[in-house]
Amino acid sequence: MGKTLATRMAFGEELLKIAETRDDFVVCNADTKTCGLDKFRTYFPEREFSVGIAEQNMIATAAGLAACGNKVYAATFAVFASMRACEQVRTFVCHTNLNVTIVGTHTGLQVGGDGATHAAIEDVAIMRSFPNMTIVQPADAVAARKIAQASVDFVGPLYIRLHRNAVPDVYDENYTFEFGKASIPLDNGKDMTMIVSGILLKKALEAAEILKKEGIGVTVIDMSTIKPLDEAAVIRAAQETGAVMTIEDHNIIGGLGSAVAEVLGEHCPVPFKRIGIHDRFGESGDPELIYRAHGMDVDSIAAAARELIARK
Amino acid sequence: MNHFYFTEKDVERLEEQAVQIRKDIISMIHKAKAGHPGGSLSAVEIVTALYFHIMNIDPANPGWPDRDRFVLSKGHSCPVLYSALARRGFFDAKELDTLRVYGSILQGHPDMHKCPGLDMSTGSLGNGLSTAVGMALSAKLHQQDYMTYVLLGDGECQEGLVWEAAMAASHHGLKNLIAIVDCNGVQINGFTNDIMRVEPLADKWRAFGWNVVETNGHNMKDVLTAFHTAKTMRHNTVILARTVKGRGVSFMEDDCAWHGAAPDEEQMVKAIAEIGEGGVV
Repeated sequence: MGKTLATRMAFGEELLKIAETRDDFVVCNADTKTCGLDKFRTYFPEREFSVGIAEQNMIATAAGLAACGNKVYAATFAVFASMRACEQVRTFVCHTNLNVTIVGTHTGLQVGGDGATHAAIEDVAIMRSFPNMTIVQPADAVAARKIAQASVDFVGPLYIRLHRNAVPDVYDENYTFEFGKASIPLDNGKDMTMIVSGILLKKALEAAEILKKEGIGVTVIDMSTIKPLDEAAVIRAAQETGAVMTIEDHNIIGGLGSAVAEVLGEHCPVPFKRIGIHDRFGESGDPELIYRAHGMDVDSIAAAARELIARK
Repeated sequence: MNHFYFTEKDVERLEEQAVQIRKDIISMIHKAKAGHPGGSLSAVEIVTALYFHIMNIDPANPGWPDRDRFVLSKGHSCPVLYSALARRGFFDAKELDTLRVYGSILQGHPDMHKCPGLDMSTGSLGNGLSTAVGMALSAKLHQQDYMTYVLLGDGECQEGLVWEAAMAASHHGLKNLIAIVDCNGVQINGFTNDIMRVEPLADKWRAFGWNVVETNGHNMKDVLTAFHTAKTMRHNTVILARTVKGRGVSFMEDDCAWHGAAPDEEQMVKAIAEIGEGGVV
C-alpha cells in the first residue's frame, strides 16, 4: 500500500511548491484551512489576497484580478464555492470566461464528522450547468499533484473538486493527467465498465478485483475530467462492454452519473447503474459507515455490478 | 474649487457633452422599447466627467494595460455608459441604435466581451465593488498606477456583498480605488427610504474605513471637484453624489415608474426637447 494523503492537502502542497519557481498566479483565501493554501501568505505575501469569511467577495474579487490578466486561484469549501458564491461563479467567472480556478474542498460523504452543512453533495451538479466551466477531480494525492501542475497553465474557469480526508494512493508517479481525457487504470475484461471520478476509484478497483475472482471482467475508467466529459470514452465503453456503472461521491442527481447517462441515452443506451448519494444529505460519523449506508462501499459496489450484468 | 485641475472651458465642454449623452439615453431606450432611463439620467454628469476628463483611457487601445478602470456596478444604467463610450470614440455612435437587439454589442446589461471599452460585465447588483477591489489589488501587485472607479446605486447598497467589498478595500489600503454612489433616492418600487433605508450612507462608509466626499451629482464643477478631492486623498474614497433619478426630463424626475420604462414617440420628442432647452443646472 502506498502513502496516504488527502487530495486537498496534496493539491495545496504542490501549488506552494510550484509558486517557488512561478510567480504568474495569485491566491485568494477566505479564512479556511481548506487545502493548506492558508500558508501561501507566509511564503508569498504579495501574491495572496485574503478577504476574510466572505466567499462571495472572494470570487468577485478574483474575477476583478483575473480581468486584469492575473491567473487566480480561489480556495474554500465546496459548499461555499458552489452555493454561497454560486452567482459570483456563474456571472463573474463563467459568463465573463475569466481565468479563475476555484478550488472546492470537503466534498461528498467522506467529509464525515463535520456533517451535512459542510459536505458538498451537489457542487458538481451546480458547476456543471455553467457554460464555460471545466470540472476536474483527482482520485488520489498523486493525481491531485498532477492536476495542480496542469492547472497553472489552464486558461478559463476551472473547478477542482477535492476531498477532506486522507486516502491511499492508487497511482504512482507514472500517472499522467490530461484535461478532458479519461484514463483506464484497470482492464480486467469486457463484461462491464465502471466509470469513476474522485477518491472512490480505490473502491471501484477493489470491487473489480473481487469480481475478477468470480470470473467477471470489469474495465475501470477514471473520469478525472467531469466536464467537458470524454464522451468518446463513454460510448466506447458502452459498445465494448455493454453495461456501464458510474461511481461518485456526490448526489446521483446532476453529477458524473447524470453526465454519463446523458451521453448513453443519446448515443448508446445500455444497462446502466448509478452508485452515489441517493438524494439525501450527509451526516456526521465514520465516512466508511456512511458510504455503506448509501451503498457506496466495496461490497455494495460489487453486488450492484452483479445485478447490472444480469440485466445485459 | 481647484482651477488648476479644470478650466471653465472644460466645464462648458463637459456640460455640452452631458446634453448629448442625455439625448442618446432617451433615443436609444425609445428605440429598444426597453431599458432603464431613470438611473441612466441620474448618472450622466458622473459618467461624463469620468470618460471625458478624469479617466486616463485610450479609445484606440481599449485593452491598454495601464488604463484607468471603470466598473458600472449598477449595470442596468448601461445606456449612459454606452453613449459615453460611443461619443468618446470606442465604437461608432450608430451602434447606439442596436441596444438590446439580437447580435448587438450593446447587451441589456454590459458584456465586457461584446462591447469595446468595458472593463467588467455587470448587471447583477452588489458585485461591482468586489470586482473593482480585484482590479485595484492587481494594480498594487504589478505596481501600476492606474485608478479604478466603480459606480454603485444607493438602492444597490442594500446588497450585503457591497459591504464585504467595502471592508476588504479599506483592509487592503486601496488608495487607488474610488467608488461613487449615485444617490438618486429611488429604486424600482419606490423611494429608497420607504423600500429599505440605506442612509446614513456617509456614516456607513466611514465606519467601513472610507473617506467620504459628498457632492451635488449634477453640477459639473462640483462633480469634477469631488473627483479631484477623491484622487488627492490617497485613501480609498467614496463620492456620495446627490442626484435626481430621471434628471433632465421633467416627467421622469424622481418617479420610480421611469426606473425601467421606455418612452414612447411623443414622450421621446418631449424629453429630448426638454434636455435641449434645460441644458445645465
